[in-house]
Amino acid sequence: MIPINYYIVLSAILFTIGTLGVLTRRNALIIFMSVELMLNAANLAFVAFARAREVALGQPFFDGQIFVFFVIAVAAAEVAVGLALIVEIFKSKRSIDVDQMSSLKG
Amino acid sequence: MFLAEATQSGFFFLAPWIVFAPVLGLLINGIFGHRFSEKLVGTIASAASGAAFIVSVLLAYSVSVNHGELVRWQLAEWIHIGDLQLDWTFRVDSLSTTMMLVVSGVGTLIHIYAIGYMHEDVRFKGDPGRFPRFFVFLNLFIAAMMILVSGDSYLMLFVGWEGVGLCSFLLIGFWFEMDTLARPSWANSNAAKKAFITNRIGDFGFLIAGFIMFWNFRSFQFDEVFAAGQAAAPGIILAITLFMLVGVAGKSAQIPLYVWLPDAMAGPTPVSALIHAATMVTAGVYLIARSAPLYTLAPQAQTIVAMTGAVTALFAATIAVGQYDIKKVLAYSTISQLGFMVAAVGMGAFAAGMFHLITHAFFKALLFLSAGSVILGLERGHHHADHAHHGKGKKGKHVLSKVEGRKEERSHDAHEEVRRVEPVETFDPNDMRNMGGLRKTMPVTFWLYMIGTLALAGIFPFAGFWSKDEILADAFNEGFTAVYWLLTVAAFFTAFYMGRQIWMVFFGEPRHEAAAHAQESPTVITVPLMILAFLSILGGALNLPGLHTLTEWLEHTIEVHAGEFVWGVAIVSTILALLGIWISWLIYGRTPLKAGRPDPLKERLGAVFTGMENKWYVDELYQAMIITPFAKISQFLADVIDWRFWHDWFHETVIAGTYNWVSNVALNRYADQQGIDAFANGLGDVTQWLSATMRKVQNGFVRSYALSVLLGVVLIVGYLILK
Repeated sequence: MIPINYYIVLSAILFTIGTLGVLTRRNALIIFMSVELMLNAANLAFVAFARAREVALGQPFFDGQIFVFFVIAVAAAEVAVGLALIVEIFKSKRSIDVDQMSSLKG
Repeated sequence: MFLAEATQSGFFFLAPWIVFAPVLGLLINGIFGHRFSEKLVGTIASAASGAAFIVSVLLAYSVSVNHGELVRWQLAEWIHIGDLQLDWTFRVDSLSTTMMLVVSGVGTLIHIYAIGYMHEDVRFKGDPGRFPRFFVFLNLFIAAMMILVSGDSYLMLFVGWEGVGLCSFLLIGFWFEMDTLARPSWANSNAAKKAFITNRIGDFGFLIAGFIMFWNFRSFQFDEVFAAGQAAAPGIILAITLFMLVGVAGKSAQIPLYVWLPDAMAGPTPVSALIHAATMVTAGVYLIARSAPLYTLAPQAQTIVAMTGAVTALFAATIAVGQYDIKKVLAYSTISQLGFMVAAVGMGAFAAGMFHLITHAFFKALLFLSAGSVILGLERGHHHADHAHHGKGKKGKHVLSKVEGRKEERSHDAHEEVRRVEPVETFDPNDMRNMGGLRKTMPVTFWLYMIGTLALAGIFPFAGFWSKDEILADAFNEGFTAVYWLLTVAAFFTAFYMGRQIWMVFFGEPRHEAAAHAQESPTVITVPLMILAFLSILGGALNLPGLHTLTEWLEHTIEVHAGEFVWGVAIVSTILALLGIWISWLIYGRTPLKAGRPDPLKERLGAVFTGMENKWYVDELYQAMIITPFAKISQFLADVIDWRFWHDWFHETVIAGTYNWVSNVALNRYADQQGIDAFANGLGDVTQWLSATMRKVQNGFVRSYALSVLLGVVLIVGYLILK
């Protein structure tokens, strides 16, 4: 069995990639994809911990898995809303560069 | 049946009507008087006073069938606080009914006289509309005087005391906008103020006496006070009686407060007769007689009262010698006679004092009213003489008869304006130097005046002889030697100045055209005088030696003893009175005064007569000693203390200055501007600075927001881990 540390490290790497993607890219779609990456990094950590817990207890343990379903559901909704926003922004600005979207700055 | 019951048990239930009747009269005249004719106004007022007289007679009768027992008739509750039980209670006893009879009896006669007198007076003074007002005041006076004499407590007496003082003020200032010669001036109103203020000083003493009384005895009711007085410390009684004497000196015109009475002659003559001779001024004598139980407890006070009266009697008599105004002579004579009464009640000879009070009311009212008749006669003569001149065209057109002038004014208003600016005549109908020879032109008045003079001078068998002699005999018997001699000398002067008056007014040749043309007064004036003359002749019968009717009557109420008749005293006083008249004849009668000549006594006495003529400069002394310093102190208080100190310094500088400093500097500049404002502004500044700083964070770059979120998460997670 693969030790849990591997999952955690992979999850951390994925989360870091996602974070860097959000912070560095200007394309809204790329940022969106990076956010998905961060969510899935978290999902991976959930599932890994849930599995480790089940092994440690010696009986079925699904809390982590169930949490992941929720995250996937929320992410799906978020994608629906987020993509709709991006489409609308593109319609008015002819661009999806997030740095252009600064009309609310102080 | 009711009447039969009343004749058995007395008419005490009528007691309040001695006050109600005149009040009713004054209300009717006060409300409707201006619509009534003069005759109706006079009749109502006289009837009101007469009703009070009838009630007084019934009350006196009731007291006598009641064997002189005191009856209290409570009309209403007044002040009930704690132990104090004061009611409107009428005290009907022999002393109060005696006063009621004098007041309402003489008062009624003077009311009737005043109908005739005021009818002419209001026309000479040029304001007939003022006629009803006079009778309203006169009735008010009767009501107040009745309260005074019938009150059952010192406080109720004080109500009447103040009431008569008010009436005196109102009536002295009846012609308030002119002087006695009807020239525009404030002389009459000044005389009224002088009377009122001088009386206030006396009232102050009375009030102090009342306060001491209440503080120590817890009551104002006569009998309770007298009962408590028996057990009180002598010092308290002495204080009460002496402070009461101050009140008496004010009201009854004794030294040192007598100065108002001569000036009070500014009032119409019926007022001088009623208020300033016969009744109101005797209130002080009544007060002492009523307080007899207190005074008998304080022999020192009695001595002081007796000496005050005796000195006043002589002092005023000497001033009367040097006066030229017919009413001023009588005014000083009144002061002198009041001195006799005060001396009598001071000596404890209450019966003699009350006896002289009654007879004096008769003959002094008679003298004053006769003097009024003389004055009116002279006024008539003056206008008659003016008429004659007017007819001949000698003296110019302005000397119209005032009566006629007034009639013309009504139709020609423009004419009045012309008349006003012309010089006002200065003929003084009161001045005896303008009279002379009136015996022939005014025979009725002459004989009436003669009777009054003989009664006042104390010639046997007139009323004044008996009453004055009883006072002198009491002084002699009781060992008041100084008082006796002072009064005896005063009696001599009395005879002298009255003789002087008779010779100057009625004998010799007229010294003025007005006197030559004087006319006798109508019967409405002379008939009351005849009644008073009758009383002046027979008044002595009230208390003849040996009979002592009045003494026995008063004995029911106050402790009096029958005075003995002393032949020596009677003979001495009669001889002195005759001597006084004889000397006056030598000086004024034998060689009558010629017009424009100075008083013959002036050449013989010189400076002494000048002193008498100028009232011993007492008014000037008061002016210099009291009024001028008082005015200066008032000026000082008003100008320096009140205005400069209180207003300018304390109010303006201290209070307003402090307030201004506090509000402008302390509160406005420091507290408000530098405190509250600064805080609010600072809050705004900080907020602005904060927002200016913070808005830079809101740069609009989504990625920088995301970085912030990341940093925040890192911080929180770092904190949680490192905790």
